[in-house]
Amino acid sequence: MQSARSSDRTPDHATPSGLGASSGHGQPNRIRRFMNAGRIRIFLWALPVLLFITAAFVGPMLVEYNPVTVNISARLEPPGTALADGTRAWLGTDQVGQDVFAQVLQGARVSLLVGASTILLAGLIGLLTGVIAGFHGGWIDVVLMRLADIQLAFPSILLAILIAAVLGPSVLNVILALALTRWVTFSRVARAATLAARERDYVLAARAMGANSWRLLIHHIIPSTIAPLIVIATVEVGLVIIAEASLSYLGLGSPPDQPSWGRSVANGRDYLNNAWWISTMPGLALSLVVLTIGIFGDRLRDYLDPRA
Amino acid sequence: MSRYLTTRLGYSLFVLWGALTIIFLVIRIVPGDPAAMMVGPGGTEDDVDALRDRLGLNESIPVQYGRYLGDVARMDFGDSLWLNRPVASEVASRVAATARLAGAAALIGIVISFPLGIAAALKRGSPLDGLISVVSLLGQSVPSFWLGIMLILVFARQLQVLPSSGSSGWSHLILPSVTLAMPLIGVLTRLVRSGLLDVLYEDYIRTARAKGLTSRSVLLRHAMRNMMIPVITVIGLQLGNLLGGAVIVETVFGWPGVGRMLVDAINQRDYPLVQVAILFITFSFIVINLLVDLSYGLLDPKIRVE
Repeated sequence: MQSARSSDRTPDHATPSGLGASSGHGQPNRIRRFMNAGRIRIFLWALPVLLFITAAFVGPMLVEYNPVTVNISARLEPPGTALADGTRAWLGTDQVGQDVFAQVLQGARVSLLVGASTILLAGLIGLLTGVIAGFHGGWIDVVLMRLADIQLAFPSILLAILIAAVLGPSVLNVILALALTRWVTFSRVARAATLAARERDYVLAARAMGANSWRLLIHHIIPSTIAPLIVIATVEVGLVIIAEASLSYLGLGSPPDQPSWGRSVANGRDYLNNAWWISTMPGLALSLVVLTIGIFGDRLRDYLDPRA
Repeated sequence: MSRYLTTRLGYSLFVLWGALTIIFLVIRIVPGDPAAMMVGPGGTEDDVDALRDRLGLNESIPVQYGRYLGDVARMDFGDSLWLNRPVASEVASRVAATARLAGAAALIGIVISFPLGIAAALKRGSPLDGLISVVSLLGQSVPSFWLGIMLILVFARQLQVLPSSGSSGWSHLILPSVTLAMPLIGVLTRLVRSGLLDVLYEDYIRTARAKGLTSRSVLLRHAMRNMMIPVITVIGLQLGNLLGGAVIVETVFGWPGVGRMLVDAINQRDYPLVQVAILFITFSFIVINLLVDLSYGLLDPKIRVE
């Protein structure tokens, strides 16, 4: 994507990778440059992630789900059963006759919402604190980084459990609890990137030419922290989705009327003897999503940072 | 060494103080009245006020904070509201159970991931390497509460070879400790592989080979020894995650440890017990990392001097 963008810009802003700098007029060349083998492989691993996002958005519109309806005549039906109302329960039904497939789609929504919002919020807090600490230095740096050290003394799920328990179960509270436990990694990465960028020649040159601190931050420092932050985000988003599901499993996540993968797995815990699918299906969806995000993140990191 | 020791010890104390303060702030400052939460919707205004008095919540925040730090220093954590006896007595037996579970998981994690990581590094790029990397990614991706339930489904319900809950014998330890070990296996295997690949092409390894040492001796005496510091650091950090993961795994398997106590205490709105459980887990994590840092000095003489 970067090469496509940089070719639109003036030469002095072009990326140093040189992908956009080589000559190449005409459409076919540009497409070939954009779709080289490495990129295609990354996009292939992004496909399951896109499928998850689409399912979360569109799925609940296609498969009807009503959290309060109870259908006792169709409870604990195995996957593939044709129900009395003519529909088919592809993943079975749960203890009150709810369709497990519809629950999984609803759960995807919660996972995606919490995953994306938490990463955004934690990333934003991390970016601000990290850039300020790295650029300003001095006591602000000391205070922020010692605070980060203290937070790392908690196993992160523990702090999330504590905050979520005090705030009470709601999707917004889960996002807050998880963002407050996850900002540290982003902050450290942003700080390291800021420290590295601060000494680069083009930043020193801009400073020598009289650019003020705001201009340096917005045009030079912050852009250089974005790529490492995106790499961290792909690693963290899987952890956040697992953490959300774990909180929901413990009953500290989404409220009872909102099906999430963790809560559905917990519901099926009491029916393992006669209805294994209630716990199995949402957990399977969760594992697959986290696994593909993990592989996608790995590929992206290899591509953006070949040294690692 | 003694100067290093004092600095490191002082730093641990600072982090512990910070952690104590964060726990205090989260429980006292966050909107919502713990006393009202504990009394529940059925209680009267007077009940809430009486409980506030008993918990010292009617004092000003600085006074509460001072008393709280004093209590912790004297190891006096007050009475559990739910069990109606000092929380300290409850914690001891719970701690032993969690230590057993986490210890077994750490052992399983180390015993499995070292051979896997070494095999992957030696056969770099082979199908075996690919398979091992998928296994380690799976270990990190599969959430432990679900893995635990799946293991119960297969081994306790279908095959009926292992118990699904309880803690009396060795057989009860197997499923929970394997569940808890999976993320550790994922992380450690990757780390051993990359650590070994980093040192495998160093000059001193080539020298050792040129001297005619066997591959086994080169691997064990020269390569492994030099990759241990990053590996031990990560094991130390992962033990913290192990303690966090124990909260989930103990809940799934009904294991009577600190983590399960924490979840029960949260459900009962028993704040003194919540506080002591979190304090204990955090304290263990800080001590483990202190020990890990000190062990560097034993492994690498250069660090002792700095």
